[in-house]
Amino acid sequence: MGQTISEKIFSKSVSREVYAGEFVEANIDMAMIHDITGPLAVKTLFDLTDKVWDPDKVIVIFDHQVPADSIAAAVNHRELRKFAKKEGILNYDVQEGICHQVMVEKGHVLPGELVIGADSHTCTYGAVGAFATGVGSTDMGVALATGKLWFKVPETIRFEVNGKLGKRIYPKDLILHIIGNVGVNGATYRACEFGGETIESMDIPARMTMCNMAIEMGGKTGIVEPDEETAAFLEQRAVGADVALHSDEDSKRDIRSYDAAKIVPVVARPHQVDDVVPVTEVEGTKVDQVFIGSCTNGRYEDLKVAAEIAQDEKISREVRLIVIPASRTEYKRALKDGVIDILTDAGALVEAPCCGPCMGGSFGILGPGEVGLTTSNRNFKGRQGSPDAYVYLCSPATAAASAIAGTIADPRRF
Amino acid sequence: MTTLEGKIKGKAWKFGDNVDTDAIIPGKYLVINQSKELAKHAFENVRPEFATRVKKGDIIVAGENFGSGSSREHAPLALKENVSIIIAKSFARIFFRNAINIGLPVLESDTTEIDEGDILEVDLTKGIIFDKTKNKAFEVSELPIFVRRIIESGGLVNYVREHVLQEEEQMQRWTELEME
Repeated sequence: MGQTISEKIFSKSVSREVYAGEFVEANIDMAMIHDITGPLAVKTLFDLTDKVWDPDKVIVIFDHQVPADSIAAAVNHRELRKFAKKEGILNYDVQEGICHQVMVEKGHVLPGELVIGADSHTCTYGAVGAFATGVGSTDMGVALATGKLWFKVPETIRFEVNGKLGKRIYPKDLILHIIGNVGVNGATYRACEFGGETIESMDIPARMTMCNMAIEMGGKTGIVEPDEETAAFLEQRAVGADVALHSDEDSKRDIRSYDAAKIVPVVARPHQVDDVVPVTEVEGTKVDQVFIGSCTNGRYEDLKVAAEIAQDEKISREVRLIVIPASRTEYKRALKDGVIDILTDAGALVEAPCCGPCMGGSFGILGPGEVGLTTSNRNFKGRQGSPDAYVYLCSPATAAASAIAGTIADPRRF
Repeated sequence: MTTLEGKIKGKAWKFGDNVDTDAIIPGKYLVINQSKELAKHAFENVRPEFATRVKKGDIIVAGENFGSGSSREHAPLALKENVSIIIAKSFARIFFRNAINIGLPVLESDTTEIDEGDILEVDLTKGIIFDKTKNKAFEVSELPIFVRRIIESGGLVNYVREHVLQEEEQMQRWTELEME
């Protein structure tokens, strides 16, 4: 029987042929920790041994609470800095950007690798054909000590998408539509493989948006088979990228088909990611804060779409628009070609690269009764501040259109 | 240490489906790394009375997809301080691993008939939940042997100490002997 790309990656990692359902102790190719989950992982590491298994395979990134917004955060940063320095580990400090964006844009992830990150959105790296999955701090600590971690090789759901997305309809609308369709636990424990001509025609940033949200349907990872697009993206960033890996035709996959032409702009309503409805159903809902950013939709391409809509417009006086580029690199690109200018002229508050309001632990918090519209990935009750706030998820286009209108708006009218 | 031998007894706190990690422990407390401190804020946004009223040994009983969302280990840590076991219809993947890894037992079972406040007795060896209030037993889905071994060790760190690292040291000793 043939193998899925995920089964092939695990097979490579354990040097024997393995299939879905098997428990394996796999070798890790790369591990990422950040300022929130890192301290606990390091503690576990030192409970077990006195040094990291391979400093070249570990990266520390500060992004959740940057620059330090409390004494506790400053202490976490200080300790992780010391740790990275002592172990000789690459440490991206407070200026670089969101961990998942940095890992991919700096070429730290290659197709066919088994990558873990102490953050649930690690699944984002599947955009370049890696099997990447989020783990907790104890799992990470053990991996830091031994270079190995136990896994159950997952079954695969293949989301086969064909056709072309319409005007002002984006990968975010597609992935929200899919999550609305399968439910928040529709892919639990399974690998979410995205394929078909719609996915093939997407650039890597778009594929990152798709893979990023695999966890929101319970998926163990999101993954796109690497191709010429992947090779072109990695050419300037990394050496040794092999893009030949793909799922065999006769591998065991649960295939779900979608027609991209039928996708419309959507939002996920409070407080569940799978409560997905067409924008038209909630059009006119008053909005207090709009956030464009995060590892889901804070890349240059996302900010550019927002700028296209905000060009020569002003955002509503009733709304605050917070824009946060996903990384320093993306920020510079958006600065260079005027995207930041357009957004600032329209009335946006542009913050330096970081996770921002997405996880509600730093700034940009919503108050009781307020309505937030966000391009990030979770609208759980209390996620962005008050448990009595209401958060809707949407594409950068819908976010920009709504910031101008002051109410949730259909981006196709802009 | 939690072992599969032990019986667990406690009062049920009943939750619904899709209890997410932000509900278990809000993002603003993630700068805290100590279980005891985290426990003071458990379920703060969704059940503000939980943290003060929970008794050592109490049991969380939930519906589908418990622990969905973030990989934050702060979530099971915030519960482990007082909660003896979590029983749910199903769990989100990362939470399930994290709980097992830190030695907090988790069991999958149909929880429909268990109500808030019921006194439960859980026999991990036999895989049975006995609802003393209702005088009724419920079966649990068996955990994979590999996972049971981690729980028996009292968590992943102990498991790795007992198995992986010792095996590696042994391997190294063999190699050294061969070299000699």
